Order: sequence, then structure tokens, then C-alpha cells
Amino acid sequence: MIRINCPFCGERDHSEFSYGGDGSIVYPALDAPVEEWVEAVFQRENIRGVQTESWQHVSGCRQWILVERDTMTHEIHSVRAAHEGVAKVLEAGK
Amino acid sequence: MSASRLPDGGRIDRSTPVNFKWDKQNFSGFAGDTLASALIASGETIFGRSFKYHRPRGVMSAGVEESGAIVTVGRDDRRDPNVKATTQEIYEGLNASGQNAWPNVRTDIGAVNNLMSRFFSAGFYYKTFMGIPPMEWGKGTGIWMQYEKLIRKAAGMGVASREPDPDTYEHGHRFCDVLVVGSGPAGLAAAVKASLAGLDVLLVEQDFELGGDYLNQSTPEAELTRTAALKALKEAGATVMTRTSAFGLYDYGVAGLLERVTDHLADPPQHTPRQRFLTVRAKHTILATGALERSIAFGNNDMPGIMTAAAGATYVNRYGVLPGNQVVVATSNDSAFTAAIAMAKAGASVTLLDARESLPGGAAKLLESHGVNLKSGSTVLEAHGRKGISNLELAVKSSNGWSAGETLDCNLLMLSGGWSPVVNLLSHRGVRPVWDSQNLCFVSPGHDEPIQMAGSANAVWHTEDCEASGAAAADSAIAAINNQTTSIVVPATGGWESPIEPLYEVTVEGRKLKSFIDPQHDVTADDVRLAHQEGFVSVEHLKRYTTLGMATDQGKMGNIIGLALMAEALGRDIPEVGTTTFRPPYTPISLGALTGRGKGAHFKPLRRTPIHEWNLAHGATMTEAGLWQRPWYFARKGEGITEAYIRETITTRESVGLVDVTSLGKIAIQGPDATEFINRIYSNAFAKLPIGKARYGIMLRDDGIVMDDGTTWRFSDTDYFMTTTTAHAAKVMVWLEELLQTRWSHLKVHVTSVSEQWAGSAVAGPKSRDVLSACVEDATTVTNDALPFMGVIETRLKNGAPCRIARISFSGEMAYEMYVGSDYAESMMDLLWESTQTFDGCLYGTEALGALRIEKGHVTGVELDGRVTIEDAGLGAMVSDKKSYIGSALRKRPDLNRVDRPQLVGIVPKDRSETFKAGSVLCAEDKLEGHGEGWITAVTHSPSMGHWIGLGYIKGGYNEWSGKTVVAADPVRRGNVDVEIISPHMVDPSGERMRG
Amino acid sequence: MTRFSAWSVFRNGLSGQSGWTRQWRDPEPKKQYDIVIVGGGLHGLATAYYLAKNHGQKNIAVVEKGWLGGGNAGRNTTIVRSNYFLPGNREFYEHSLKLWEELSHDLNYNVMFSQRSHIALLHSPAAIDGAARRYNTMRLTGTPDAEIWDLEKLKQEVPHLNYGPDARFPIRGAAVQKRAGTARHDAVAWGYARAADSLGVDILQNCEVTATTRSGDEITSITTSRGEIKAKKVGFAVAGNTSRLWQMAGFNTLPIESHKLQAFVSEPLKPLLDQVVVFGVGGAHFYISQSDKGGMVFGGDIDWYKSYAQRGNLPIVQDVAECAISILPCLGRVRLLRHWSGVMDMSMDGSPFICKTPLRNLYLNAGWNYGGFKASPASGWYFADLIANDRPHETIEHFNLERFAQGVILDERGAGPDPKLHG
Repeated sequence: MIRINCPFCGERDHSEFSYGGDGSIVYPALDAPVEEWVEAVFQRENIRGVQTESWQHVSGCRQWILVERDTMTHEIHSVRAAHEGVAKVLEAGK
Repeated sequence: MSASRLPDGGRIDRSTPVNFKWDKQNFSGFAGDTLASALIASGETIFGRSFKYHRPRGVMSAGVEESGAIVTVGRDDRRDPNVKATTQEIYEGLNASGQNAWPNVRTDIGAVNNLMSRFFSAGFYYKTFMGIPPMEWGKGTGIWMQYEKLIRKAAGMGVASREPDPDTYEHGHRFCDVLVVGSGPAGLAAAVKASLAGLDVLLVEQDFELGGDYLNQSTPEAELTRTAALKALKEAGATVMTRTSAFGLYDYGVAGLLERVTDHLADPPQHTPRQRFLTVRAKHTILATGALERSIAFGNNDMPGIMTAAAGATYVNRYGVLPGNQVVVATSNDSAFTAAIAMAKAGASVTLLDARESLPGGAAKLLESHGVNLKSGSTVLEAHGRKGISNLELAVKSSNGWSAGETLDCNLLMLSGGWSPVVNLLSHRGVRPVWDSQNLCFVSPGHDEPIQMAGSANAVWHTEDCEASGAAAADSAIAAINNQTTSIVVPATGGWESPIEPLYEVTVEGRKLKSFIDPQHDVTADDVRLAHQEGFVSVEHLKRYTTLGMATDQGKMGNIIGLALMAEALGRDIPEVGTTTFRPPYTPISLGALTGRGKGAHFKPLRRTPIHEWNLAHGATMTEAGLWQRPWYFARKGEGITEAYIRETITTRESVGLVDVTSLGKIAIQGPDATEFINRIYSNAFAKLPIGKARYGIMLRDDGIVMDDGTTWRFSDTDYFMTTTTAHAAKVMVWLEELLQTRWSHLKVHVTSVSEQWAGSAVAGPKSRDVLSACVEDATTVTNDALPFMGVIETRLKNGAPCRIARISFSGEMAYEMYVGSDYAESMMDLLWESTQTFDGCLYGTEALGALRIEKGHVTGVELDGRVTIEDAGLGAMVSDKKSYIGSALRKRPDLNRVDRPQLVGIVPKDRSETFKAGSVLCAEDKLEGHGEGWITAVTHSPSMGHWIGLGYIKGGYNEWSGKTVVAADPVRRGNVDVEIISPHMVDPSGERMRG
Repeated sequence: MTRFSAWSVFRNGLSGQSGWTRQWRDPEPKKQYDIVIVGGGLHGLATAYYLAKNHGQKNIAVVEKGWLGGGNAGRNTTIVRSNYFLPGNREFYEHSLKLWEELSHDLNYNVMFSQRSHIALLHSPAAIDGAARRYNTMRLTGTPDAEIWDLEKLKQEVPHLNYGPDARFPIRGAAVQKRAGTARHDAVAWGYARAADSLGVDILQNCEVTATTRSGDEITSITTSRGEIKAKKVGFAVAGNTSRLWQMAGFNTLPIESHKLQAFVSEPLKPLLDQVVVFGVGGAHFYISQSDKGGMVFGGDIDWYKSYAQRGNLPIVQDVAECAISILPCLGRVRLLRHWSGVMDMSMDGSPFICKTPLRNLYLNAGWNYGGFKASPASGWYFADLIANDRPHETIEHFNLERFAQGVILDERGAGPDPKLHG
């Protein structure tokens, strides 16, 4: 069981969360060219090692979070709110 | 009879006899006995049969590593196959029997296989059974499958019950600072030290008694130390669990535990579960899991009457049973000395064969003082006997290995080929054990896991050293938890006076021996050599080719010997050949325990709407829709489903009908940027949706394929109410949250799932407005002017319940969706139904709902199957060209815009009296093969049209096919039916009825 | 190579097994090969075999970082079926099934393909209709063994399923492919290895690729733990390691994410279940069969998060056990003997890649999701065909990396571009 330290709820079993995907992807503007969208939607670096990924605390606070996790060992290096504004507020409050 | 119950000694309670059955015969033992100890005491020697050759199997150990005495316990629906007799406690009325044998384990017809064993070498089945013998002629798999039937019958071990398991199981969760696995000298010392340091300690022991190896020792000091430790633990408040196996270690210090709650009870209380599965999250884990003694490979080393040396001592010291009175102990290390002495003390004549040529004088003297006859430089070459060992042939060390020696009579042979620390749980973490060439075993390497090995699990052999090792492990855990760095003195590994010598297999030039290394699967030393000869030299290939270590003991006894023999064949050292890896579980764990209560009706949540009981009270037959139960149809007297839904459809078209639509997803979308947000997620224009209006919307995925559809109602500048399909409610909610939090966090929008807060009913049919007028507080709010097509209002019902109503239609009739707070659901239905009845209206279910929507050509999830575009679904008008939205880029990809893509159409049978089925493939008349031209998604009898109709997709759409005959091919069910393709909008295509 | 037969087993039984020789050689790497296949799993070995057998290639190496068949070849639930329905997939998997049917004879190695039927349980009229579309398509495309069974027939054939009133999702019927079944997974790897070896293929074990050397738009050589190997053509078939190797070849991204899938086996039991049974309703996903040794072999969903660790976690263990008891309540007392996991290349649409790459002489075989085992014969067959002829066969024309830009839909589940959803 991976234990994820949700910035809102504290440390919880990963079974409360659902995995999103590669959290480093920056989705293009809605009117961006098709090629940019193909790249963002279909292409993955698929890192073996530490990657940034998105999870949602779906059975908890329902917040999306960005997790730096090693895909080989499952070790988590950092967790932060995915919502930029919220992440900033939390960071400032530390 | 050579085995006997000793008059005194041991931990059994001789004042409490326990009666049980073995193979239908009555036996008795004492409280504290295992099935194995009680049966040995009663003189039983054969407990099972091996997998392949059906050779007789006796008790080989006294614990979980048992590979011989595998039996079936219980019967009927409480039948447990493959139980290790060495771990099964006896209880009054226990009913055990032999397995994998006919007529019984003592006389087994299957033993004829043993005569054929020269042909049944490792992997022989890969070389034959393919075709007609002798040259494997033929084609295909037919011949193999004939052989396979016979092989399957012969294979397998016990017979599982065919009845549902009547017992219950529980799941639990725990946290602790330190999890200590094993309550032997190391585990107890660790647990005491950690609890005294104020840590929250959980100590688990797989045995029914605490103490581990203390229990196998006969000295009063052992018992004193044990009881003192238990007292200290109790005082310190540690949690101690017996009959609890730590079966696996997982990420983040999580351990899986199995507690056997009632498996030892004659008459378990009703309220207790049979077993508990606990998920424990420990900050630190101490594995004081002990070590397992290894066998030695020599001729017939699998015979009943042969067990490990420590097992022999355990039966004497713990169970008060002398398993034989003429004992030979064969060893390669010092550990067997105490076992030999224990047997001698219990009155047996004992000969100790030590493979090492010289022994320290002290040891020899000690052995002799107890009357043990010592033969150094010798071991066993071959065991003999009919159904159990009666004598053995010695092997004597000579200049070039072993040579055959004298013959000794014996009825119990005890073996010690060395010890393997139980590193299994650490191995679950992906840590690969390393070879310790001093102690000839695999041990834990350095690693980063918050796990400490202690005691003999770390190759520390003496009891006092194990205690120190446990304490040191506790110190490490304490330091780690308190973030301290301290230097901790860890006792050195080993501890034997004279070094162990490698002794894996005993052979003599020119002798053919059947030497087993996996006694359950009948893997022999020759099989390992054959694997080498055929190139299966990696450990993993060896395991798979010979099946070594794949039996129910998972290689606990034999793996190391196999590895050593492969190393020898390759002329390399053991570590060069490989290491052993172990997978969870450490000991097998029932699927019932893993399941807990999530079975039967509780397998998945059952979702019922707040109108559920009301529906049932009004005659609904329910159907499954995902996790939901929804009304399927409301049969009146004498009606089946067909009559009911046709009546409901007609009534709705002609008067009015009500249907529970609560299962639709409902999402409140609020905030200053709500309009912008909605405009981005729907393909059609939403920016100008007026307040007080609803609009049908289609949502695409990023890849431009349709995700979901629904309506969105606008209540104010900043307040919207979205409905989704039942199937995608959760998915859409997650999607909106993801967009707002990860992609568009600058948008000021809040989304809230209100699916469970609002209960809803559709009111459909020409009389729907009349029904509504009779139900709302103020009838003027629902007039055609006040509430036109696609209009939305918030108002109150007559009974005062606040409600929201939109005039939207899925049925194609003038229709409304009305929602009230869930607590008012039944009162809303009462009101609506009272009024509906005055118009001879009806309640309808999903079957009529389907008929109504198919007649209209409205799509649902079966049409929007995750592969269709908006245009495919005939909803091209729902695309705004003036904006960008999710999916607008990728829907432009070339293949999604081909003109020959399948498009939504209506389908009618050419002969209007015919029926046809959804799931049929649409084929051109002249090409009834291949992938066809399209497919049928939904069918219904259409009361409006008087015959069967359907929806589906066909390449090019109905313009391409109108007037042509198409075949609805359904070879798996209905056969072929000629159909015609028409517009999907089969009833009221202009939509006058819903607007009227 | 000694031909395997009842006769040779008998003769060797008499001679103390002295006549058996290595099933494949352990050759030293040559400096150069015409074709190097990276990955000694089922797909790589099958590719080498068909290159030699169908295309007369004589100078081929398979390089494997560990021991052959050590990856997903041994980490699956051994199910073989062809119940796919989208154009391309349908023909590909059916071809694979046909190869399976003759594989033991073709390889002279008993891979124990047992056509014991694949039974997908159906729980609602809508599910039966959905399955009918798939199984009708199978019939119309030359698979006569596709059937829909009603409840009565199912009860006769598979008696121990949960037909009781407490079933959360009552069973209403089943979609059946009778030629489908299970095979002995290790034997497939060994059989292909032995057959390929006998046709002259060098199988280089313990030979890990550490770098590739490129010149312009081609690969000139690969660097391995056993030295530099030059190659005229290179094929990658390294499930679970595809992205890393791809990056070694100088590229960045692929439409692939690696996830782990657990598999489970129970203690051995006397025959209890004669078919492969598949269960998927209410978000559950489960498949089970009984091996010839008697173990119940089963599995379910991936662990739901990306992972390269060959270790599973408990939530899926519980989910899978729940599914088992839900459809076979008599398994409650049956014990789990072992569970393990493998790393799956999950693709963006659940369909694989057998294709050319931006490099002229590099070919890619990847993205098998959970379906790689059953696909292995055809995967090797078509990959060999692609490498030998330097153009994709019509059947696999869409198994390429460009299909996403093109908008080709090859999504059997309709789950969309989220790799974890394609089981």
C-alpha cells in the first residue's frame, strides 16, 4: 500500500485516491494546433524513476494533487495541491 | 509400533483428552496437540501421497514448512483441502482425512506411477502428449486434450468443496510503531525492549502458543525466560496476537496479517468470524521469523519416518511424543546435537551421523554421556523400508567423496543439512538475499527498508544471541522512529562451535538413487541434473522446468539443495548461480479471508434511488443499471414485460407517464466563471444560454470522441445545474474537477455533486402539463408561456416542497423533469401519481423509456460507446464552429472525418411482422461475411409504428442505404433478418409534440 | 536437435535420460548480425523463429538482459482467445489462435494449448446485446466457435458458478469462444527458443542493451553487457522496458504507460473448473481458470497507478479475491498460494504496435496491454514479416504509432486515451 500525504487530509492509503496520469503535461490551449494536442494527449515519457504525476483524493477531499513518486520503488518525494492558487496559499501558510 | 506418547513432559494437557477422526477412524490426543503430533503418538506413519509418483508421505517437520503430511480437514461445505497436519490444532470432533490417494493414503493405486518414474523425468510432458504416439503424429490440439483430461484427474492435491463457504470473515486495520513478527527468543526480546521504550508494539505469532523455539526446549530456564517476557509485554501494553501469520510485506511498511480465529475450535461461537485479515501499517518491522532446517538428498530420503532433527526434538519436548525409539540423526552441523540428546533422554536408542570428520571433544563427550552413539565422517546413503523407514545404508567419507558403508536398523531418521533463515517477508520487498558462506544460508543484505532481521532469521543460532539480536533490532527501530543515531551492537551471526560443512546430496559412484529435493512435487536430484543437461541453468528456469519449489510449501525445504546441485553441475558457487526469491503469501491464505464481507449481495454497493421503495410498492420490477437498481417495468395483472412496456409506451404517448430519473448524475456548477467553464466543456454553444433556460449538451473527451450528454439548466448568472447520464455520472464529476484544478485553475468555478441530494421524476405525455399544474403550488408557473420548451423554473409543490422543473424531453412528448430534495421524493411521487391517475396515466420503467427514445432516435450509452464522433451520432448540429472546446482540436483528425464512417440510422424489418435484435451486424445483402456495414445498438417494438424498430450505425448513413435491403445478421442468436434503413427520427421528426 | 516424441521419452527413460541435449545453445555473441531482436520474451523469440522459418533469415540474434522468458512470459494467466472485433484486431488475434492450434506440432514442443473454452459471463439484456455484436462479428469473420449461451446451457457446462439468489449481479448468460483456452506459458518461451535455436538463431542471455549507436536515420550497432553488436536491422520487443529502450535509441515519448498487473494462483486442487471464466460487471474485472497442475489461476485489474515495480499491493489482492468468491462461492476456503506481478505496456487505445519507426532499420513491437500472451505467435509472425519485407502486412496496417494523429480508432473498450483503462 502506498501511503500518500494529502495536503488537505494527511497521510492516507493510496486506495482512497485515484491515479490520474503524467502530471508534467501542460495541455495546450483549446485552439492550439492538432499536432500539439496529439502530443499532449497521446505521447508519454513514461519515466522509470521519479516522475510527477496527478492523483485525485477521490474518496476523501476530492482534491487533485501532484505527487513526485519513484515508479520503480513507489517512494514519494513530494506532494502538493494541483490547483496552482491553492498550492500557493498552502505553501505560504507553512 | 515404534512411536509412543511419553508418560510425562511436553506442553500438552494430559488431563484433557481430545477425540477426533482420521480417515473415518476414531483417535484421541490431548489439548495442545497438533494433528501431526496426535497421530504420530497413535502410531500413524503415512499421512499423504506425493503429487506425481504417489509415494507415501509421513510427517517431515513440525511447522509451516511441512511438505509431507498434507491432509483434508472438515467435510461438506466446510471442507479444507491441503491443510498441513503439523499446524492444525486438534479439537473435539475434528474430522481429517488423507487426500490425493485411492482408496486411501496407506494403500494407493496411484503408486503405480512410481514404477514408471524412470520415464517421468523433469519436463517429460513438454516432449510428448502432442500427437499419436510414438512419433506424435497428427494435427491440432485434440490429442493433447485427451491426455490432458487424464493428467488433470491425476494432478491436483485435495478436493475443494463445491458448496458456498458458509463461514464469515472480517477485515481489520491497524497502525503501530513496531510490528514484530515471531515470538521466539529474538521476537520476544525485541517486543519487550520496544514496548518498554514506550512504542506501540504489535507482536504476531503464527503458532497457537507464544515462545517460538522456547517451546521446543526442555529446560526450565527457557520457560522462565518466556513467561517473564510475556509478563513484561503485558505490563508494557503491547498487543500480542497468536494464530496470526504475517503473510506478506507491501509498500510503506504495510503488512498483511491473517488471524485464524476459530479454526481450532470444536464449536465456534456464532458471532465470531472464522478468520480475520488485517492490514497493518507499521513504522518499523522486526522480522524474528526464525529459520527452517534443511533436509539432505540421499536415496529414498522422502520415506515416512524421516523428518528434520529439530522436528524430532519438538515432538518430544513440546508434544510429549517420541516419534521413534530407534533413532538415527544425520547432520552436517552442531544444531542436531541437542535434538539427539532429547531423543536419548526420552528413552530412544540414538546414533548420530555427523558428516564432518572430526568433532570438538566437548561435543562428542556430551553426546556420549547421554548414550548417543556418535559416528563422525558418515551420513546416510539410502533409506530402506516398505511403508516407512526400517533401516538405512550409511555413507562413509572417503578420499574421493562418499562410499557405501554398513546398514543400520532404525525407525526414525532425523536430518539436519543446515538452516535457512526465513527471509521470505523481506524478499517480498524486492530485497534479494545474499549467500553467507560461513553459515551456508541466504541472509538479508544491507537495505533501505524500515525492516530489521533478528535472531535465527538473521543466521544467529544460539538462544541467548537471538535474545540479544532481538534487543538490538528493537534498538534500531527505536532509534529510527525517534530519529536518533546511536551505535548499536549487533550480535555476530553463526555461533556453532565447529563450522557447518556443505552437505546437500549424498551419492556414491555407480549407485542409482531416488533422492528428493522437493518431496511434494517429486523433484529429484537427477531432475536438477537433467535440467542442467538441457540448458535450464538459471535458477528461475530450473524452478519452472522441474517445478522445484512450486508446491504448497513454496520451496521452504528444498530450494537451497536445488540451487546447490545446480551450482555443482555448473562448477560454480551458489551465489554465482543465483538467489532465491519469494513471493507472498508466506503461508497460503484463504480467499474467503481476503474477501471479508464483500461477497454475495455485498460484492459491490447497491444504489437505490429515494423512490425505490415507492416504485416497488407501485408494482415495479427492477433491473440493474451499473450499480443502480431502476424500475424496468410496472406490470399490471396478467402482464409480462412485453405487454407492460408496450402499454406504458402507448399510455405515455397518449396521456401521461411518470418515470424515476433520479439515477442521472447531477452537478451544481457555480461561480463567476461558470458560463465560461460550461462553454469550454460542451461542444455546442452555451455562452448565451439565458437564465431560466436549459440546453442539451454534448461533452467530448480530449480525443474528440463523445464522452457524455445531458442537459444543463441556468438559474442565475453564476448558478448552473448539469445532468449527466447514469453511467457516466462519476466520471464526468471527476473530469470537471480535474479540469478546474489541474488545467484551468484560474477559472473561478466550484463544482459539487448533487446527485444524491435531488430526486427526480420525468413527467411525459400530452397530459404532462395538466399533471404538473395539479401538483405545483402555483399552476400559473407551468403554463406554456411561463414554462416553454427548454424552460426552467424553481417553485414549490403543493405540499410546500421546493422543486425545480425543466421542460425537456427524452421521450419526444411534451415532458418535464422535476427534482425535489431527496427527502421529499416520495411525497413528490404521491402528488404526481395522484394527478397522473386522474388522466389514466401510468408509471413506466426503463424498457418503455427505451422504446420512447428509440422511436425518437435519441441516443444513449449504447450508441455513444466511446468510439463515435458527434457526426457519427447524427448530432452534427450540436457543434459550434465559433468556439474552441475540449475535443475541438482532435476531432479534426483525418480518420474521424471520413465520409464513409458509420452513421446513426433507424432500422425496420422488411417484413414488418418480423423481429430482430440489438447486437446484430448489418450486412449488405450480397455480402454476408466480414465486418459488415454497421451494427444495431437498440431495438424495441414501436407501438406508434406498429412493428419492431431499431437504431444502429451503418457506413454512409441512411442516404446511402435508403430503399436498399440490408441484412441484420445475428448468427449467434436470431439468425438473419432482412431490414430497411430509415431516418433515426422515426416518430414526430419535427418535434412538434414536445414543443406543443 | 533431438526430436521430442513419446518414443524419445521412452528411449531416454531406459537410458537414464542420457540422450537429452541442451534445448538451446549458449553461444558467444558474434560481431555482427543481419537482424538483432532485443527482448528474449515470447514476442522476441517468436519473431526470431518466424524470421528464420518463414523468411529464410540465417543471421539473427535475440538479446535478452536476463534469462529468456523471464519477463511477462511467466507473469500472465495463460489465456488464449481471439474474441476481438475491430477490423485489424479481429484478423490479427484470429491468426494468432490458428498459430496456437498447431504450435506444439510446429515447434515440436508441447505448449499444452488446451482449447477448453473462454466463457464471458453476461448479467443483463444489454450486456448480452453488446456481446452479441462482438460474437456475431467473430462468426462473420470466420470464427465458427463464437456462441451466446443462455442460462440453462451455462448451468450445465459450468455448474459451480454463483447462480444463487444472493448474487449481486445475477448471471443471465454467457458469450463463449470454444476454441479459446489456456497454454503452458513457460513452454511457449522454451519451445520458440529451442525451435529458433535449431534454425540457427543465436539466443544471447544475460546480455543487456546499454546503448545504441546511430548514424543518420539508422541504428548501426547496439552496446550490450556482452559487447558491441552490429546489426543491419534491429527490432525491439521488450514489454515493460519499451520506453527506456526507445529513449536509448534517441527518442523521447511513446503512446505507452507502464502499469503493473498482478496474477494469482491457489493451492492445487482436484479438477473444479474446466473452462476459462471471465467476469466483468459493476466495475469488476476478473478471469479464472484451473491449471493442469490443479491451481486456480486468476487475475483482475492492473494496480491502477503507473509502476515499474514487479510487486503488487493489497487493494487489488482484495478486489480480485472478492471477484473470485462472487462468481465461485465455493472458493472461500481455497487458499492463495502465490501472487506476483508483471509490468505491462499499456497503450493509449489498448491496441499494440508492430510498426516501423522514424529510424530506417529500427522496428517496434510493443504496447500489448494485458493481451500479450495470446498474441505472441501472431506478434512474432507479423513482426518477422514487417522486418523481412520492410512494410507492414495489411492486417497490422494500423498497429503503428501514427494512428493517434490519424484518428484511427482501435479501442476495443471505447475507454479513450487513458492507458490504465484498457484491460
